[in-house]
Amino acid sequence: MNIEIKNLSKSYNGTPVLENLTLTLTDDKPTCLMGTSGRGKTTLFSIILGLIKADEGEITGIENTRFSAVFQEDRLCEELSALMNLAIVQDNPHKAQLSEKLINMGLTADEIRRPVSQLSGGQKRRVAILRALVSESDAVLMDEPFKGLDEDTRRLVIEQVKANLDGRLLMVITHDEEDAHLLGADIIDL
Amino acid sequence: MKPSTIWADKLKKLTGVFFWLGLWQYAAIKIGKEVLLASPLSTIKALISLCGQSAFWSAIVFSLTRIMLGFVLALVVGVLLAGLSAVSDMARYIFAPLFSVIKAVPVASFIILALLWVRGGNLSICISFLMVLPIIYINMLEGFTQVDRKLLEMAAVFRLSNAKKIKYIYLPQIMPYFTAACTTSLGLCWKSGIAAEVIGLPNGSMGNRLYETKLYMDTAEMFAWTVVIVLISFLVEKGFLWLLNKINGKITDGFL
Repeated sequence: MNIEIKNLSKSYNGTPVLENLTLTLTDDKPTCLMGTSGRGKTTLFSIILGLIKADEGEITGIENTRFSAVFQEDRLCEELSALMNLAIVQDNPHKAQLSEKLINMGLTADEIRRPVSQLSGGQKRRVAILRALVSESDAVLMDEPFKGLDEDTRRLVIEQVKANLDGRLLMVITHDEEDAHLLGADIIDL
Repeated sequence: MKPSTIWADKLKKLTGVFFWLGLWQYAAIKIGKEVLLASPLSTIKALISLCGQSAFWSAIVFSLTRIMLGFVLALVVGVLLAGLSAVSDMARYIFAPLFSVIKAVPVASFIILALLWVRGGNLSICISFLMVLPIIYINMLEGFTQVDRKLLEMAAVFRLSNAKKIKYIYLPQIMPYFTAACTTSLGLCWKSGIAAEVIGLPNGSMGNRLYETKLYMDTAEMFAWTVVIVLISFLVEKGFLWLLNKINGKITDGFL
């Protein structure tokens, strides 16, 4: 699948954040969006997800597309366990498989059954990333997903992202070129 | 906390209770007029005598069912109106003056006014409803507006069903507001309901029986009825909170 973004513009209070942006996202290869702060990466992320509207331009290829996402914040249900946070995004969750995936992400059997409010920031981040991957979606968007993870965990998580992507379109916003290399992604500099 | 510390704590609390009971008995003996101040012993005797009367139990059932009906109606209406106000600014603007007035008007004014509109038997339903409604509405509206918008966005992106949104996002965030509203309003609802009965004097109600004790200058029985009112208020509050905890437990059962 391809998502075509044509001449997309968005301003906040008269200040342009995106101006005539044109780019294509494809499921052939992951795409990493890079650029300094304030260049509209998160705005683009929110427009593609339908959370905000663009002022001008069009996006094609997203009709009937099921998205999953990693937001800048974890946005997990804090009272639920890590396992249940994954289970609720599936129609017929297979908890044994989900548990295995969480363990592959470096969580212990005990940690995956605790309320996520009791997990560390890095553990929550991994649950949020895995939630996007186990969701039955056609495209996965991630906004600075690896921020705050130590080097070893970052490598482990990126391996898991690649292993669980299943040929879906992946767009990752990052400030670290190393992430793009590890993901084998094309880089688009905004 | 160690068991010995718990017992020591309970003993201290009991000491306080016995101190005031002792002082009450002493004051009653000193005054020497049961009509002015009935002693604890006379009150207990009157209470035991009341317990033997079927009219005593039927008065409790009469008042309890009506006041709790008013409470439950206020819960349902308060939650619905708060939900409506959470999604519609217009509804919020319309309801705001209404609830400000209900909160500001003294309960006695409502009782007198309600006597013109409803039969005496239904007065306590009406009054407990009116006293509880603004508390439920304000607390629930606060709860609805405090629901994490970012989690709702997440739910929209992941296409969570409404049932899942309610169970996993709304309920955990709203239940503390609901519990606080119930705790605050239960005692008030019970007291205002009985006050309405004392003024409206519906036949067979606890309020009517309390009023009769004043007419017959039966202070011991008046105290006995007051003890019963306090006791029921306490039991209703504890029972309701127990029920809420059970419901909360059922909701969160599948969370881990």
